Amino acid sequence: MKLATKDLLRLATIGSVDDGKSTLIGRLLVDTRQLFDDQLDAIAEASEKRGVGDLDLSFVTDGLRAEREQGITIDVAYRYATTPTRKFIIADCPGHVQYTSNMATGASTADLALVVLDVASGLKEQTRRHLCIAALLGVRSIIVAVNKMDAVDWSQLAFDRVVDEIVTLARELDFTSVSIIPVSALLGDNVVESSSNLPWYDGPTVLDALESSEAGAWEHTATQGARLPIQWVLRQPGGGRTYAGMVNGDTMHVGDRVTLLPANVETTITSLHFGGDEISEATVGLAADVGLAAETNAGRGDLIATAPLPTVSNELKTTICWFGEKPLVVGQRLRLKHTSKVTPVRVKIINGVIDIAKLDIDDSTMLNTNDIGLATLQTAELLVVDDYRVNRVTGSFVLIDEATNATVAAGMVGHASFL
Amino acid sequence: MTTTPLRTSHTTDHLDLLESHAIFILREVVAECERPVLLFSGGKDSAVLLHLAVKAFAPQQLPFPVMHIDTGQNFPEVIAFRDATVERVGARLVVAKVQDSIDQGKVVDPGFMGSRNRLQTVTLLDAINDNNFDAAFGGARRDEDKARAKERILSFRDTFGQWDPRKQRPELWQLYQGKVNAGEHVRAFPLSDWTELDVWQYIERENMALPAIYFAHDRDVVLRDGMYLAIGPFVEPRESETVERRTVRFRTVGDANCTGAVLSRASTLSAIIDEVALANVSERGATRADDKFSETAMEDRKREGYF
Repeated sequence: MKLATKDLLRLATIGSVDDGKSTLIGRLLVDTRQLFDDQLDAIAEASEKRGVGDLDLSFVTDGLRAEREQGITIDVAYRYATTPTRKFIIADCPGHVQYTSNMATGASTADLALVVLDVASGLKEQTRRHLCIAALLGVRSIIVAVNKMDAVDWSQLAFDRVVDEIVTLARELDFTSVSIIPVSALLGDNVVESSSNLPWYDGPTVLDALESSEAGAWEHTATQGARLPIQWVLRQPGGGRTYAGMVNGDTMHVGDRVTLLPANVETTITSLHFGGDEISEATVGLAADVGLAAETNAGRGDLIATAPLPTVSNELKTTICWFGEKPLVVGQRLRLKHTSKVTPVRVKIINGVIDIAKLDIDDSTMLNTNDIGLATLQTAELLVVDDYRVNRVTGSFVLIDEATNATVAAGMVGHASFL
Repeated sequence: MTTTPLRTSHTTDHLDLLESHAIFILREVVAECERPVLLFSGGKDSAVLLHLAVKAFAPQQLPFPVMHIDTGQNFPEVIAFRDATVERVGARLVVAKVQDSIDQGKVVDPGFMGSRNRLQTVTLLDAINDNNFDAAFGGARRDEDKARAKERILSFRDTFGQWDPRKQRPELWQLYQGKVNAGEHVRAFPLSDWTELDVWQYIERENMALPAIYFAHDRDVVLRDGMYLAIGPFVEPRESETVERRTVRFRTVGDANCTGAVLSRASTLSAIIDEVALANVSERGATRADDKFSETAMEDRKREGYF
């Protein structure tokens, strides 16, 4: 048996608590036979012990003791599934508002969001919040599983009402690909197997939609110029140096004209290596190392780029998801990590907080826990950035508490067009 | 100048992406932390991890040592592989022995045949402290266990070495941040998103060497608690048990007295890949007595500071 080459699709589940995200993922994994017999036995045993029926599908991903006791998801669970042509990395995210930072962790690397909502309650505020965060994080494709269809007697009317709400919001948030599917995660209808309870629906199942979605959207959102943030300098035998980092934005080739930033030195790529072997080109996502013609003192935190060049600045207009326990205020000092560079940063201006219901900006001057707002930041050192919508790698950063080293915010350069 | 084009210069498959992601993580942690170490048991996952570390820093030497937490209950083939591999890549090997923790009275000797699995945590944390390591690379994968499925790629440990699953650092994009205060450390898991099958496919693609016990061979075994245990210095047959000669291989490599063999005729990498692709029991379920104690055995051990 020769296993075929596979591509890789990363997806995150999003939506409000109790709408059935973990159950849907459990159903998907069970019905595609991704679970081993001993894992299924363990889930059945745990279900019986906690008195929640024969097989509580949410236990497939809710693996922590506290999660099983409380019947909720606290942190992201990563699960893996394979079909003949594709490997899936599934981030099953928590729905509670207090765990928004964990949801953002799961969604920040997703090509696609699998939105789960309860047909009876429609778009809750928390689902709107998650969709808004997913859109800000650059997710462009969503599959919406309208769940618990069994509880509304498989009513097309109930489904259509929710579809209208979703379509309106998806348009506002600029999603480019939207599939809306009526399902029962509990019973398995339209998850992997088509449902005979829904004769009025002839669209794809959740699995069909996942298999036909575009893989690698995360890596390929960038459309302008190649970028290589330098992580580490390697000394070559014979005295030369090469600069190691992951290529993004576009392929790099030997002979390409590049600019080293922020020093602004124009030069040429003289060699490319991967794992010590010479290569002629380095594609997006490759952890390569690059030799340059110019003698430079380049090091970690510098960036090698092809045109069009990124921006060099120490003042950034940004969108911030704030996870700190205390509010973020003007004048506050933190540490900022952007690509391979870490620098002190100060909050210069807070331009307001996003009102999730209206999708506009209010005039708040501080960000409370789990608020998303716009802020202007001033960094101690120059940063080399692209707008987040052009390049997710050079457009993203995190803020770090200087005392505890905790990550307290996710930041994006620029702001979404829907704001 | 000879230029060897990457086999994947035009299409990039899932193994290429997993490989580059792991190399990225290795470089990032080495750059951000003062004193990293790579935990190397001689098992297949840590062998892949070491292989990736060599690639990440080629043509230079590894910028960190490798460390083995030695329970003293090893398969001899694995120790031979450990030593040969470390010598081949020119790494410095630190061996921290559970026996030393027992001799110092820090843990209680479980006696002959008793599992030293849980005792390793004390030895590991002491070794991290004594060497001032602030980052430890491990080959753990999220598909191994439901608690590991919840863990970040860079997993923060407090001054007691504890993992608190309710207080994990948000880990956004590929912005891994490993800064810690004195006495704290991070565990870094570059193979987090790899499955057992990915590991085997990668070993085949890279034509890597492994300890011989991963391949089918004839061995004297006893069937105990549903698992075939190899007769040897650490396992003796009990009165009620019959010693059988079977063709077996090991799917995982842990302590000789709690790692079960599986009946298998897979003697080549491609035969193993076929077997793994069709398996209906998980690798830990098939082979690890240490995970069968309770519903949250792994979570409980991780909270204490286990791998």
